[in-house]
Amino acid sequence: MLTLMIFLPLLGFVLNGTLGKFLPKAISGWLGTAAVFGSFVIALMSFMDLTGDTTMPERIYTKLFTFLHVGNFHVDFAFQFDRLSAVMTLIITGIGTLIHMYSIAYMHEDDGFYKFFAYLNLFIFNMLVLVLGSNYLMLFFGWEGVGLCSYLLIGFWYKNVDFGKAARKAFIMNRIGDLGLLMGLFLIYDTYGTFEYQDVFKLVFAGSAESNAVNTAIALLLFIGAMGKSAQIPLYTWLPDAMAGPTPVSALIHAATMVTAGIYLVIRSEAIYALSPIAREVVMWIGLATSIMAALIGLKQNDIKKVLAYSTVSQLGLMFIALGCGAYTAALFHVITHAFFKALLFLGSGSVIHGMHHEQDIRQMGGLRKKMPITYLTFLIGTLAITGFPFLSGFFSKDEILMSAFAHNPLVFGLALVSAGITGFYMFRMFFVTFHGTYRNTHHGYDKVHESPLLMTLPLLVLAVLSVIGGAVNLPQYLGESISGGLHHLLSYDGGGQFSPILMYPEHAIELSHTAEIGLLVMAVSVFVIAFLYTRNKYVTQGAVPESDEAQAGMGKVLANKFYVDEAYDTAFVSPIEAAGDVVGNYVDDKGVKGFVDGFGSGSNFISRLLSKIQNGNIEYYLVYMVIGVALLLAFNLF
Amino acid sequence: MSILNIFSQVEISHYIYLSTVLFCIGLFGVLFRRNAIILLMCIELMLNAVNLLFTAFSSYMGDSDGQIFVFFIMVVAAAEAAVGLAILVLVYRNTRSTDVSFLDQLKG
Amino acid sequence: MMQNLPIPFLVLSFLTILSALYVVTSKNPVHSVLALIFTFFTISAHYVLLNAQFLAIVNLIVYAGAIMVLFLFVLMLLNLSKETEPVKSNWWGISAAITAGCLLLIITAAFQVSGEAVAKNPVEGIGLVKALGKVLFTRFVVPFELTGILFLASMVGAVLLGKREKGNDALISKEELNG
Repeated sequence: MLTLMIFLPLLGFVLNGTLGKFLPKAISGWLGTAAVFGSFVIALMSFMDLTGDTTMPERIYTKLFTFLHVGNFHVDFAFQFDRLSAVMTLIITGIGTLIHMYSIAYMHEDDGFYKFFAYLNLFIFNMLVLVLGSNYLMLFFGWEGVGLCSYLLIGFWYKNVDFGKAARKAFIMNRIGDLGLLMGLFLIYDTYGTFEYQDVFKLVFAGSAESNAVNTAIALLLFIGAMGKSAQIPLYTWLPDAMAGPTPVSALIHAATMVTAGIYLVIRSEAIYALSPIAREVVMWIGLATSIMAALIGLKQNDIKKVLAYSTVSQLGLMFIALGCGAYTAALFHVITHAFFKALLFLGSGSVIHGMHHEQDIRQMGGLRKKMPITYLTFLIGTLAITGFPFLSGFFSKDEILMSAFAHNPLVFGLALVSAGITGFYMFRMFFVTFHGTYRNTHHGYDKVHESPLLMTLPLLVLAVLSVIGGAVNLPQYLGESISGGLHHLLSYDGGGQFSPILMYPEHAIELSHTAEIGLLVMAVSVFVIAFLYTRNKYVTQGAVPESDEAQAGMGKVLANKFYVDEAYDTAFVSPIEAAGDVVGNYVDDKGVKGFVDGFGSGSNFISRLLSKIQNGNIEYYLVYMVIGVALLLAFNLF
Repeated sequence: MSILNIFSQVEISHYIYLSTVLFCIGLFGVLFRRNAIILLMCIELMLNAVNLLFTAFSSYMGDSDGQIFVFFIMVVAAAEAAVGLAILVLVYRNTRSTDVSFLDQLKG
Repeated sequence: MMQNLPIPFLVLSFLTILSALYVVTSKNPVHSVLALIFTFFTISAHYVLLNAQFLAIVNLIVYAGAIMVLFLFVLMLLNLSKETEPVKSNWWGISAAITAGCLLLIITAAFQVSGEAVAKNPVEGIGLVKALGKVLFTRFVVPFELTGILFLASMVGAVLLGKREKGNDALISKEELNG
């Protein structure tokens, strides 16, 4: 079953990749969707099996074949379906199915339709390998695979040079992180002699305190990998550029699934991180810095997808804060809810872009509320969920992160609260500017704007419902002991002591007084209310429109230019490398290596010209050569 | 039976030198002459040099195998001469010449 | 050491080399053939000296008799008896001489180095028909039959090549081919 679940999308990829060209668009699209949906159904059934039956072991394990076997080095091509993988799998295949469905309508005019679905299916396959692999090498396999698919899909409209560059940027940024991950894997193998999760964690657990320096190094290296994939400072700049890809791709890969691979990696390696407070501090502070910085940049972006992209970076930062505080459940919780509402927001923005005939600048929009009622409604729900409107999914998950941050360090709490507050500002700004006010586009008339077809609004509605009720996965304790902490129990479930749970070290229960808890809630809600009222006043009542690029000044200009990080990277890394490349290319390569290599060519050309004179077809010459050859042979024998 | 007792007066090395000289004369002819018939004759000369050597070794060692080999060489030489001359006649028919340097027309 | 050698051997060797040289240097192909026949006669005499009486006779009959007559026949047939012999340049003569001389030197040097490892053990009568026939039809019977097949094949080949095909007897001159 497990194998089928993983290989269904691969099958879809192969079918679409080979035959897709000859299939009608509808068939190729539904084929891709069905493959992912099949995986989802199997995943759901497996999940029921795993959690419903107490006699089940801690994981469903399938070994397909021996991946590598060299000397003592042994890696199996094996999958495991445990509780953490199950949650990730459900997100990937569930949201994947919705987004595939959405794409059928969104991409229907595209020439590369079948290619798009082939790539999407390949992505799902790789993502499943990533989360279901039973060892670090399998994870790396999937990790690289999703990187490749991300590259392919960002550069899907490869005829646009900028999009191609964005794809390359994403790939290269990810490579930097991958190097860290790879070195982390080497260190794991060097220290523990195996890649299998279970074996590694048992050894880590047994060895506990003695090798903490090594564990810290492993944890930091793995985190570098997570930085690349999950877009954290300093490797985050690729994610906003990745918005060059089609919007469903942004929703699936760059919001809901792939970028959370870093979170998954850290949660999976909990046993290692638990032993290294230093690494956790690093994770937390980087997450915090990323969160605030991305949120600030988001305030001044005018591309609807760019705002969402920075929002994603910011939310990922929040998750890393939770991880740094040791609140793994909270992080995973936020992964789930974020997947719901961010996919919803991206798909909603896709619907807007679709309705606006591929216009992405929010300054060109306005007043879409009446033309696109379903999109408006679902987008509103998404916005409310992400900004923490009480009792929507985002409210619970964000609150849990804030609370664990408060328990860890009040300063971190304060800063995270600021970040969460800014979320409200930029989200409502975008929301109001897009859907309220007056229509400002001059190219397409207001009457040309249209609501998207059912195939696109249906996923929106499903995701909206999930965004509302998603919090039920892990309700806080104050709502009642019996219904709360579902996810927490799932991750900490140890089968009555029969096996090791996902989280080997029990999470610190957040010990807060009732007053403190209420106080925190009030603070969070009041931040939300302030953001809502301020932006509503500015963009709806006063009808303000964000300035044009030239009118930016002061701090706003810095933010609009994303703190000039891209420019700084260009100066610090890209230009020197290009200059060095020029030198090497023009002098070392062109003059030195090329001359040397060309010398071989012209030299052998010259020699063969000489030799071809010998081969003149004249028997007498041949005879002479033969005799000389015989004489030489004899002479060699002689001396 | 022999006319004179050659084995006690002549070393085998003399026969070796003699046949080597004959062989090299034949070789020189092959290299020097252009007439294909003379070429074939020079090859016969070289073969005979080898035959002489075989016979000398055979006689000095008292083993008749060498002389049997001479028979086989003769057979091959005869066959070669027959086929070679047939080819020559054919070439002459086509080109009115037996000059081997003309055969460079055969190159591809 | 030359003077220690018996006169018949010296005379025979001298005649052999001389006639062989005439074979390769004579401008007239007919003279070459005759000189070669003479060379075969001297070689046959050497065979007699070496107690290989049967070989001496066979050499005369097969080589001097059959093969050389074949050569002569072809020469006459092609009308090459006159001095239409193509001559190579001096450069070719010198280089051919040098090449052949080098080989001679090297082979001689090889013999010098390897020394005389051959034991002298002459046996009376091995060159007679009786002895040779016994060996040929016992130990070498399979190669003997094979040479028969080889002969047959070469005979068929020669006939095939020599047969004038109908419609294929157009004579092409050298100039035509070159053009």
